[in-house]
Parts: sequence; structure tokens; C-alpha cells
Amino acid sequence: MREDSLNQPEFTFGQKLLNLHWFLVFLICMTAAIGVAMLYSAANGSFQPWASRHMVRFGVGLVVMITIALIDVRIWLRYAYVFYGLSLVLLILVEIMGYVGMGAQRWLDLGYFNLQPSELMKIALVLALARYFHGLSLEDVERPTRLIMPLLMVFTPAGLVLRQPDLGTALMLILASGGIFFVAGVRIWQFALVIVSGLIAAPVGWQFLHEYQKARIMTFLNPEADPLGAGYHIIQSKIALGSGGMTGKGYMQGTQGHLNFLPEMQTDFIFTMLAEEFGLVGGLGLLAMYGLLLVYGVAIATRSYSQFGRLVAMGVTVTFFLYVFINIAMVMGLIPVVGVPLPLISYGGTAMMTLLIGFGLLIGVWVHRDVVIGRRGGDEV
Amino acid sequence: MNRDAERHKLFNRRCVMLVGGKAVLVSALIGRMYYLQVLESERYKTLAEQNRINLRLLPPPRGRVIDRFGVPLANNQQNYRVLLIPEDTRDVAATLDSLDEIISVGPGERRRILRDVKRNRSFVPVTLRENLDWGEVARIEVNAPDLPGVMIDVGQSRDYPHADQLAHVLGYVAAVSPKDQTGDPLLELPGFRVGKAGLEKIHDLNLRGRGGSSQVEVNAYGRVIRELRRKEGEPGAEISLTIDMGLQKMASQRMADESAAAVVLDVHNGDVLAMVSTPSFDPNLFNTGLSAVQWKGLVNNPRAPLINKTIAGRYSPGSTFKMCVLLAALEKGVITPSSRIFCTGFLELGDARFHCWKKHGHGLVDAHQATVQSCDVFFYDIAKRTGIERIAAMARRLGLGAQLGIDLPGEQAGLVPTPKWKRGALDAPWHQGETLIAGIGQGYMLTTPLQMAVMTARIANGGFAVKPHLTRAITKDGVAKSKEADKFDSLDLPLRHLEIVRAAMNDVVNSPRGTAYRSRIKEPEFAMAGKTGTVQVRRISKAERKKGVRKNEDLPWKVRDHALFVGFAPADNPRYAVSVVVEHGGGGSKVAAPIARDILAEAQRRGSAGRPVKTAGQRAPADTHRTVPKERDG
Repeated sequence: MREDSLNQPEFTFGQKLLNLHWFLVFLICMTAAIGVAMLYSAANGSFQPWASRHMVRFGVGLVVMITIALIDVRIWLRYAYVFYGLSLVLLILVEIMGYVGMGAQRWLDLGYFNLQPSELMKIALVLALARYFHGLSLEDVERPTRLIMPLLMVFTPAGLVLRQPDLGTALMLILASGGIFFVAGVRIWQFALVIVSGLIAAPVGWQFLHEYQKARIMTFLNPEADPLGAGYHIIQSKIALGSGGMTGKGYMQGTQGHLNFLPEMQTDFIFTMLAEEFGLVGGLGLLAMYGLLLVYGVAIATRSYSQFGRLVAMGVTVTFFLYVFINIAMVMGLIPVVGVPLPLISYGGTAMMTLLIGFGLLIGVWVHRDVVIGRRGGDEV
Repeated sequence: MNRDAERHKLFNRRCVMLVGGKAVLVSALIGRMYYLQVLESERYKTLAEQNRINLRLLPPPRGRVIDRFGVPLANNQQNYRVLLIPEDTRDVAATLDSLDEIISVGPGERRRILRDVKRNRSFVPVTLRENLDWGEVARIEVNAPDLPGVMIDVGQSRDYPHADQLAHVLGYVAAVSPKDQTGDPLLELPGFRVGKAGLEKIHDLNLRGRGGSSQVEVNAYGRVIRELRRKEGEPGAEISLTIDMGLQKMASQRMADESAAAVVLDVHNGDVLAMVSTPSFDPNLFNTGLSAVQWKGLVNNPRAPLINKTIAGRYSPGSTFKMCVLLAALEKGVITPSSRIFCTGFLELGDARFHCWKKHGHGLVDAHQATVQSCDVFFYDIAKRTGIERIAAMARRLGLGAQLGIDLPGEQAGLVPTPKWKRGALDAPWHQGETLIAGIGQGYMLTTPLQMAVMTARIANGGFAVKPHLTRAITKDGVAKSKEADKFDSLDLPLRHLEIVRAAMNDVVNSPRGTAYRSRIKEPEFAMAGKTGTVQVRRISKAERKKGVRKNEDLPWKVRDHALFVGFAPADNPRYAVSVVVEHGGGGSKVAAPIARDILAEAQRRGSAGRPVKTAGQRAPADTHRTVPKERDG
């Protein structure tokens, strides 16, 4: 099964390039192309202002992705904690001198672009946790004391992000980490313990909230009770989806989107627009593409020889899945609106960069699937 | 290595579990998608259409009203208004300042405009001023470069070219009030007007037409993207009246200084040729809205300009009622044309004396002479012998005491008293003296000028129960629906009785002994017949007599006698019937008869009841002749 890997653990640059998971790259490009088409429609048949910039960003991101894929996974392992530390520092910086945009402190203004450290953290956390669990034996994983450190690694940035407040990203950080914990072999009863204690803590915490805070959370959980305020977006989104029907209204024919009833259609609600114009068929088609990407992600993870590679691949896949699920569930009114974009399709540079870096790591794991990495990060077994 | 393989196995197991979990979540998404896009799709499609499509009402033009000859009586006038589209101007305040230099914008108006600008979205036009005149429109157009976002728009408003001369017949239109709402969406349009009085009210539905609609696609901000469908409305019907505006105009000018009412009827078909109530008001004022001062002025005026006195004014008929008493007496047979009664100046009944207007009496009079000279004693006597029931029945046959059903709102029934009525209304028995008083048309008896004209017409047309009406034809979509010619019932009055009455009425005017001899029409072919009436509003008291008040003219206006006249013409072949009531005018022969004479002479000269003259050119000569009779008689 692993003869080849034992024989030639190292590749040349050309071999690596040939070994890139080109079908995955193709799928990613296709998804981004759908994004360009939808943004073209969102601008009423114009490349300005979204579609063209989306293309440029994707192009840049694609180069970054392939570059990352070609870098040896051991380098990522070596610098995993450094990245994590840097990201954490940036997060704290945002907290201190954050730039106020979209009603929440999320960006660092770096002159020619805005850096969103919480996005960086999504990747850094995956790397850091993968490195941590890579270094643990199965017996270690079963020891609860060994879990204190990674839990701190998760909840410190999650807490900071929550303060911004960015519930969506905090949720994604926690859930993606949960996924890594799970596949790393943490006992299921320990998960159950955390979930149960969380459920118990919630009503207790509720008591300490002010009335207006409770009201805000209630609207958040049940937006349709406030049809002109918070509920407006989700109601219009459901109307758009529902009116799309089986086959949709046709490309660029979506009334809800083009007549501005649909809010934020170029970002969070772009799936709604797609489903309005292409109907159930279009929505399922996109889900199928995402599904294919996920299947390949899991396949790459299980195929990796190193635990670090497996965990990174799975962490990226879970993060990607969370983007897809939270966004679509949100626009269909299944969960409250938390502001998570649709991967590769929603307009927005930071999320795209995060995802392409993630995919770069995923493909990198594929390219270096047979690299043997010791517990301490060396070549030793 | 071994442990690592185990770790890999566990990893793979956990991956399978995780993928399973994801599959469950994705199925939830697919289920939700299926629910929204397939199961609930129809509901959401409807909602999306509701979002997108706005129905705009297109108000139909209100129907015109014309007279029997096609003269316009109520039109729609172009109403120029100036609008501001806030998004097209950079600075609303500065634009208003510039506009202020052209048409002055008061501070109150300015506040209203700024409030409207704030309330509406920036592409919704805000009305700055309505009813601009040509000069203002021109000045705004010339200064357009300085007025960004300002535009002139043409709307329609109701215009009554004859202003107060036909106000009571036409009525007026005004803004819709909550009680007018019937569910017609047109009524909810801002600025929409409905008929509030007169024919505008009666024919409101005909005149209004049906609103069209335009389906437009709007975006989330309400901006119109395009028109999807358009359904043209139905313009309001054109209503042609029986009124002859030329006659109406002459009569209303003739009576302008009085508080008076006059009705001219075609005796054969009940066409109302003129219906004048003075003083009047300008219905155009109601269109734009009256000021509080104007409204108070109209309401508090003792001469009641808002009341249509021809149908809502109730007056004792006085001596004009004597024809009715005479017909009742002849029908019962209590007198013959040759029966004579000696008038000593009064008639005694029990202890009471009933005086004749002529102190020393008329001497021996027959029915003819009693009518010509309006001898009261004769009518006391025949009323007593005929009885109140027979008199009341005759009054009703001639059109008194009940609504005639004219096509106007607010018609009064008047009152023909009977013993039964008195028991019911006043809980008192009927006295025979009251029969005598009824014999000269006084007491409880109340009639409207319209009823008096109808009574006269029924006598003049040979005893047919004509009913008055104002609507001649309703033209909808170019198809005229004329009022069907009524077949009027015969009142079963013997022709010889009617001839006795008509001969007497002829002599009232045309015999030197008649009470209206001075108001006769001198052209023989236009000669009129009639009957005067003077109704006491209050007796001159003994105290006043001592102070030297002898004549009616010496009394204050409010308590002076009402002057009445009813008549028809031509006397030998009646076509026109008229009634004139001049409130507190004094004597019927002196005040009311000359007005009736002028009106009937004008009607005959114009040929008011004749075939409609089609063009204005042919009508013009009739108008220029209008002043002739005044000069001749004056």
C-alpha cells in the first residue's frame, strides 16, 4: 500500500507540480466561475463592480493556493505555532486599535488592503491543533489533562472574535476545532460532557442578561417576529428561494434580486439569488459541486501518511463544510443570520483568501501524502 | 508505527462518522430547499409578485355636464401645478429660494413642502403649488435652468364656467371624506374629488367613470422600473340637462338682488328649463377648498345661499293656492261657474271674523272674478263648503304635499294639512276656521317653489300629472341614453273646470282688474296667465300700527311678506309654467309678477323648450335680445 511512499518520500518541484490534485483545482475554478457569473448577474449584467474584482482576487488566490500546495508540509508543521501566535497577536491588535466597519471591529487597515485576523486564525488554528494532536499518542489523547492546552488554543481566539462581535466566525472556529478534536480521537463522552455542560450553562447565563440583550437575542433567533427589521432580510430571502421553484426564473431574471428586495445579494445572500434564478436544480447542482470538493477533501485526509497531514486536511474540509452549511442554512431561514459567506462565490476578498490558503494546504497534504513526519516534527518514526 | 497505524484507523473511523454527520446536515439543507422551492413554491411566487408589482390607478376624467343646447355647464380644466423631484435638485432649500423669487412661497407653504420632501422617497414628486395661472407657468418655464428638479405638471380640476348661476342645480365636487368611502379604490387617490351636492352628487357614479389601472414593476425602494400592463379606464359619462342656460342666466341675473326662488317647467314633459335660487355661491370655490371665513360667510348668511330654495324652501302658497280650492269646489259641485257670493270684506264663523284683503269687500263675485281679484271671502266660503279633505286631496293631485322625485338631493315634501295630520303631529282637533285659512293657502300649508310650478304646469297642460326632472340624457362611451318620454297619468280633471281656472288666471294678468295687470306681456303671442300671492310672515301689530307702520315696506326685512307668483305662457296654448317666490319681497303683484313676466317672455323668445339649437352662433342672437323686455316695460 505504501511501497511507493517508502521508496521516494521526496519529490522534485516538477514532480510536485504534476502531482497537484488537478481535478480539485479544476473544481475550485469551476466554483469560482459560478461565483463570477452570479456576481455578474447581481450587478444587473455588469462585470462592475463585483465580478471583475472577484476574478482578479481569485486569480491571485489561485497562485497563492498552488504556491502553498508546493511547500513541504513539514514547514507548516514547524511554523504552526508561530502562525498561531502571530494571528493571536493580530486579533488582540484588532481589539485594541480595530477599524470599525460593518458595525463590528474586524479589520486591520494595512494601507492597501484590510486584514481580517479572524480569518487568518481559521487557518492558523487548524495548523496549530493539527501540530498539537500530531504530537500526541493515542494514550495521550485519552488523557483529559492533555486537552486543556488545545481547548485554551481554541477558546482564546474564539472569545476574542466573539467580542468583536463576530458570532459566525467564533462559531466556525469552535466547530472546526471540534471536528479536529473528533477525528484526532478525543473520546466521545468528553464531547458529550462539553455539550451538556454548555446546555446547562446557557439558561443560567440567560438570567444575567439585560432585557434589551434578551430582546436582541430573541430577534436573532426568531427574525420573522420583526418583519420590517431583522426579519426583513430572511423573509425576502425565503420569498426569493421559494419563488424560484424547481427550475428558477432564468439567469438574470430573478425579480427579488434584481429589484433589490434581496439584501446583500452579492455577499451573504448570493445562494438565494442563484436558487432564485436556477431553482432547486441549480441549488442542488451547486451543493453537488461542494459535496464533490468535500469528498475529495476527506479522501485526501484519509490518504495522508502523517497524522499532521490528515488533521490539516480534515480541518480544512470541516472549515469549508461549515462555510457552506452555515451560509445556506442561514439564507433558508434554518439558522439565524450570522454573516458567513458562501465559499468561492460570495463577493469578499478575505474569505476567499482563507479558503484558497486552506485548499492550498489541502492540496499540499495530497502532494506530500507520503511524507513521513515524526512526533517531534523530524523524519524520525 | 503500530500505534500510528491504529491512530490512522481511528482517524478513518472518525472521518466516516463525521462525513455521516455532514451528510445528515446536507440532507437537512436539501429537505429545506425542497420544502421552500417545491412544496411552498406557489405561495412564495405570489409573494414575489406582490413585492414586484404595484397597481397604479389611473383616474378617469370626470364627465362633463351640458345644458339642453350643448352649452357646457361643468368642465374639466387643466390644472397646472408645479412639482419638485427632490433627488434631481442638489439643495431643496436653495431651489425653494429661487422659486420664491418667481412665485412667492410663504413660510407655512415652505414648511409643508419640506415636510413632504422628508416624508417621501427622493424620487417621489412633491407638489409645490397647484392651480398656477399662465403667467406663473411661463415664468417658471423660463427660469427652469435655475430650478433643478422643478417641473410643471398638468392635472384636471372641475370648472363651472357659470359660477354661481347654476350652483344649486350642479352642486359641487370636493375632497373625499371618510364617509364617502365605498370601497372604490379611486376614492383613495390623493386629490380625488367626489360630488357633494346637487347633480354632481346624484350622478356621481355616472360622472366619475371607472378608473383604469397600470401594473408597474417596482424595486424594493418603490421606484418604477417599467410598466407591465395597462388597463384604460372609462371616462365619466356626459350628462345633458333640461336646463336652458341662457334662460337660467337671465333669470338668475334678474333675481340676483333678492332672496328668491324661481322654477320654469315645460308643462308637457316636466323638463326643468330654469331653476334659480338666490343668493347663490360659487361652486368653483369648493374645488380648491373654502377658507374658514368663506365657509362661515356662506353658512351664517341669513339669506341662506347654500340652500336650494326651489326644492328645500317651504312657503305658504297663499293666493296661488286658490286655483286648487276652486278645482276642488267645482269637482264637489258646491258651486257652478255662475254661482255668486257677496263679499262684505269679511266672513263670520262663530265668534271669529275672517277678513278679505280688501277692507270694504268685493261685493257680488263669481268664481272668475273672485280669482281675478283674489277675493278671500269667496274662497273662505267655498273652502268651508268643500271641506278640508277634498281640498287636501286636490292639492296632492296637483303635486303638493309630497316629494316630486326630482333628480336632486334634499327635496322637501312640503305640507298639505288634514285633520288626521293635525291629530298625529300636533295632537289637536281640526277647527273649521283652519279650513277657511287653508282656502287661501295659508296656515299650516307649505309648498316648495318647485311644487308650485308643477301645480301650475298640471293646470296648464290639461290635467296631466307631469313630474319635473333635470336629466335629459346620459352619454356613456359615445352612446347617448336619453330619458324616456314619460307617459303622464291624467288627473281626471274635467277640461271645463280647468278652462274656468285658466280663463281666470288669464284675466289676473290681462284684464285691467287683475292683480298682475301691470306685469302682463304685451306681445299677444307671448301673453302669460298667472296668479299672484302675498304671504304674511307676521301681522302688523296694533302697537306698530299706532307707531305709523301701515305698509309692509316699513317693516324690517325679516318679517316682511313673501311675494309669490305662478303663471304659464302662452296663455292660450301653454308651454311654459313658472313659479316665483321672493322672500320678504312684499306683494306678489308688485315684486314676483314682474320677475315671472321677464322669465316667461325670455323663455318664449328663446324658445327654451324648443328643439335644441346646435351651434353657439345660432344661439347668440337670442342672447342679445335678452334685455329688450326690460327696456320696453321699464
